[in-house]
Amino acid sequence: MRVLLLALRRLAASLPTLFVVLAGLFLLLQLAPGDTVDALVAQMGGGDPVMMEELRRYYGLDVSVAVQLGRYIWRLLQLDLGFSAIYGKPVSAVILERLPATLLLMMSALSFAFAGGMALGVLAARKVNRWPDTLISTLGLIFYATPSFWFGLMGIVIFAVNLGWLPAGSFEEIGAGYTGFRRALDIAWHLFLPTLTLALIFLATYLRIMRASMLEVLNLEFVRTARAKGLSPGRVVRRHVLRNALLPMVTLIGLQAGTMLGGSIVVESVFALPGLGRLAYESVVQRDLNTLLGIVFVSALLVIAVNFIVDLLYARLDPRIVT
Amino acid sequence: MRLTRRHALLSATAFAASGFLPRATFAQETPKRGGVFTVHLGSEQRILNPALRASTGVYLITSKIMEALVDLDAKGNPAPVLATSWDAAPDGKTITFKLRQGVTWHDGKPFTSADVQYTALEMWKKHLNYGTQLQQYLEAVDTPDAHTAVFRYSRPMPLDLLLRALCDLGYIAPRHIFEGTNILENPANTAPIGTGPFKFVQYERGQFIIAERNPNYWRKEFPYLDRIVWRVITDKSAVAAALETGQIQLSSYNGLSLSDLDRLKGDERFEVSTRGIEANAFNNTLEFNTRRKELADVRVRRAIAHAIDVEFFIENFLYGQAKPATGPIPSSSPAFYPAGKPPYPFDKKKAEALLDEAGYKRGAGGTRFTLKIVPIMNGEDVPLLATFIQQSLGDVGIKVEIVQLDIAGALTTVYRDWNFDLATGWHQYRGDPAVSTTVWYRSGSPKGSPWTNQWGWQSDKVDQLIDQAASEIDPVKRKALYADWVTAVNEEIPVWMITERKFFAATSRQIQNHHNVPRWDSSDWHDTWIASS
Repeated sequence: MRVLLLALRRLAASLPTLFVVLAGLFLLLQLAPGDTVDALVAQMGGGDPVMMEELRRYYGLDVSVAVQLGRYIWRLLQLDLGFSAIYGKPVSAVILERLPATLLLMMSALSFAFAGGMALGVLAARKVNRWPDTLISTLGLIFYATPSFWFGLMGIVIFAVNLGWLPAGSFEEIGAGYTGFRRALDIAWHLFLPTLTLALIFLATYLRIMRASMLEVLNLEFVRTARAKGLSPGRVVRRHVLRNALLPMVTLIGLQAGTMLGGSIVVESVFALPGLGRLAYESVVQRDLNTLLGIVFVSALLVIAVNFIVDLLYARLDPRIVT
Repeated sequence: MRLTRRHALLSATAFAASGFLPRATFAQETPKRGGVFTVHLGSEQRILNPALRASTGVYLITSKIMEALVDLDAKGNPAPVLATSWDAAPDGKTITFKLRQGVTWHDGKPFTSADVQYTALEMWKKHLNYGTQLQQYLEAVDTPDAHTAVFRYSRPMPLDLLLRALCDLGYIAPRHIFEGTNILENPANTAPIGTGPFKFVQYERGQFIIAERNPNYWRKEFPYLDRIVWRVITDKSAVAAALETGQIQLSSYNGLSLSDLDRLKGDERFEVSTRGIEANAFNNTLEFNTRRKELADVRVRRAIAHAIDVEFFIENFLYGQAKPATGPIPSSSPAFYPAGKPPYPFDKKKAEALLDEAGYKRGAGGTRFTLKIVPIMNGEDVPLLATFIQQSLGDVGIKVEIVQLDIAGALTTVYRDWNFDLATGWHQYRGDPAVSTTVWYRSGSPKGSPWTNQWGWQSDKVDQLIDQAASEIDPVKRKALYADWVTAVNEEIPVWMITERKFFAATSRQIQNHHNVPRWDSSDWHDTWIASS
């Protein structure tokens, strides 16, 4: 019950923010020269005035910005995200189609980065200033400094083009008609490289935070007490240090969930995945206002949801924090 | 033809490729049925209806599903598809098409002259880009019987212009699906129903489109392929990887980066060539805003053209995949190409002399005046050319600032706001100068129409030549009029056509009978088949 109340309070607090973000973005996008008809004509390589006028009327662009904004807000109040210019169907349908791929990629990358970062961070902290620590920290620095599109392309060149072990891109085998477990395996096989690419940069951050946090907690008094009780080093780390050291990591997940959505544009393009990032990019280039605003809306909801879960996790990890 | 490194390299490739010819010839004798042909799709299309949208991206998909009245044959002449014969009245105002009998739509309904009438009047004349212009004098389409369509125009329509244009602008949509609905919102726009060799199956947005063999196709026993899959890949490096791993077997219309095209030329698994895309030529352009007083002076425009080393740009930036243009009509269009040399060869001294003569002497710091250039990003080479122009003009004392915008922004800035001094992008030639080329020079286009004369430049002589040629029904006289027109616009250069280029395709050598007609990527692929590897 308390959780539900908390959820409702959170949602109520985020509603005005959401509204300001959407209206602000709408106005901001009016500053970009050109509208969706210009973008369409650009894609076709030519158009003529009759056709363009007809299309502007069709997309509702023949009225003033104020009227357009008014129409948009009115629709939003009715929970209608409008019609996508690029795809010719409701924005909600377009986003729902793309959401699974993005969520899957994001979740697996986030879990991988979190687990890997945690393990490597703990290892580095326990062997601090010895060779495993140096090796792990150097690797972390390399991952962090390398742009993800480069990782992605190199992964494709090595594992797809040269070795032929993994597919070069796409979400699943097209037209193979797999179902059930076979399909899940096929998707996993296709998402291996993209997940790795997206996760590596985040992994570097997690491992550094984990290492620093572990070192800090290891020096605290209660750890000394635990050791004095005669607990084995492994047990001290697992039962006493880890739990406390995890707090900053959990904070980071909340912060990075938003970044992951944005960061996936590059990975989705390189691996030709049908995700939200690419849809957002396409919407900007094509000046498809409704779709873009819809994506912002959904992304904001996602970030709010993730942060809500993070709050719950805090309470679970450290009972002293009362939510 | 002068011998350059490019030509030497080209013939070297041809020589190397000839080693594969015997196998190909042998294989051609026994076409194999079946197989899936996977094709690269560079940008997702909003709708899949070529009767409403004229663009290579739309044709690459829909020309396999829907069919036009005519298409080009191997020699580049109009050949029958849904129309079997045509005839023009002596006054040029009535053109009669006999239509193919026994053709059915994918949903089983018969194809008749009513479909042609409906598509021409409701789609081409009202919605189709370039179609509205081409058909502006179309008054009616009569249907005396189910297999005859008579086009009536209020002004003479040259038959050769109409036929050439109809290859692109002549796709027929089913009347029974569209009539009485909102044409732009009809679901058949994204799930097309046609008469072609392949039937639409599925469109998964952002991923792929699938079409499968039409067993009731009117060309009996065709097509050979079971399926065609178009895969959406937007990242150009990813396209190269997909080709090399065999995920796709064709990437056309410069879907690969120039450097990858150059690299794959040396890869024996692929044919990288302009063969079979001749019908789609394009130019790099430089547009002058003659509202700027410096650019209103033709001497300044000529000086700018003289100051740019086109050959150097082609060799070093375009990997030699172009040649200097001789005017707005490309040499790949023999019906109209008037021959000639590039009108303004690279000559820095002459450029400086012309600028001095026009009264713009070098001032403080050696600068004469400053111009703003807007690149219109049709392709990856456009920003490169803008930078090259900036440096070249800097050498003759004209300072150039580059304004970076994405394509929708650049189009608005140049064509609607006229907020530019120079602009550079692509001009696409579509088989006949009257389709999409003369609008770059004819005055009177409404403000805001992209790729039209928005340069603040007007010439009565040029306008007259354009109008005369557009309704001249004698092909010989028409060609002569266009030759005069090219001379006139080369003289005045309101727009300078810098390079002449063709699109490149990279095709897997497993694919047989590919690129055997001048607009193959936009043709129906009924005779294409896949050899076992």
